[in-house]
Amino acid sequence: MSYSERITWSQLIASTIGTAVYLVLVVPQLAHTPVGEIDWVWPMVWTILGAIVLSITISILWGIAAGMLDPEAEHRADQRDREIEQFGDRIGQAFLVLGSLAGLVLAMVSADWFWIGNALFLGFFLSALLGGIARLVAYRRGFQ
Amino acid sequence: MVKPTRVTNSIRSIRESAGMTQAELARRIGVTRQTLIAIEQGRYSPTLELAFQISRVFGASLDELFQYPEEG
Repeated sequence: MSYSERITWSQLIASTIGTAVYLVLVVPQLAHTPVGEIDWVWPMVWTILGAIVLSITISILWGIAAGMLDPEAEHRADQRDREIEQFGDRIGQAFLVLGSLAGLVLAMVSADWFWIGNALFLGFFLSALLGGIARLVAYRRGFQ
Repeated sequence: MVKPTRVTNSIRSIRESAGMTQAELARRIGVTRQTLIAIEQGRYSPTLELAFQISRVFGASLDELFQYPEEG
């Protein structure tokens, strides 16, 4: 597995875990708390920061393990990696735009900040998730 | 677009005939071993520049290294 593919896996795993933790913290509150009073800001901030730290940690540990298993393992990206990254970014960007549009529309109709913030967050997450999956498919199935 | 390339190549057989490892060829053309494996397996079409670099290594023409099916 190439260096860039390991990074992609690390980002995908971390963003999925981070979002799952956020949902576990926030979604149960919807059942018994008015949305205007739901504590979502700091859980979102901490899960985003946590996901970034987790992603870096996973990629470092994975890189060390890969280096121990295969001393010739390379820790750099090449032309194919950059093309696949751009391809994943294109896919992810579409969901980033959709999330932003959803946030914009919610702001126009004076929706609660909770919905605006979470629509944007969903856009970020889908962008990371689907962009990452697109990259992994390109690595595994082929890319031209 | 993610789809299998229609370009096939003879890089692996030519490389093996030359007694060269994947790691060595990858180093000489400036890509990772994973990318060379993807090229040899037809999972990645190299750029024209990379194709020329491979052809220079073996002193072979592009037609000897790469094949593309006729239309129809």
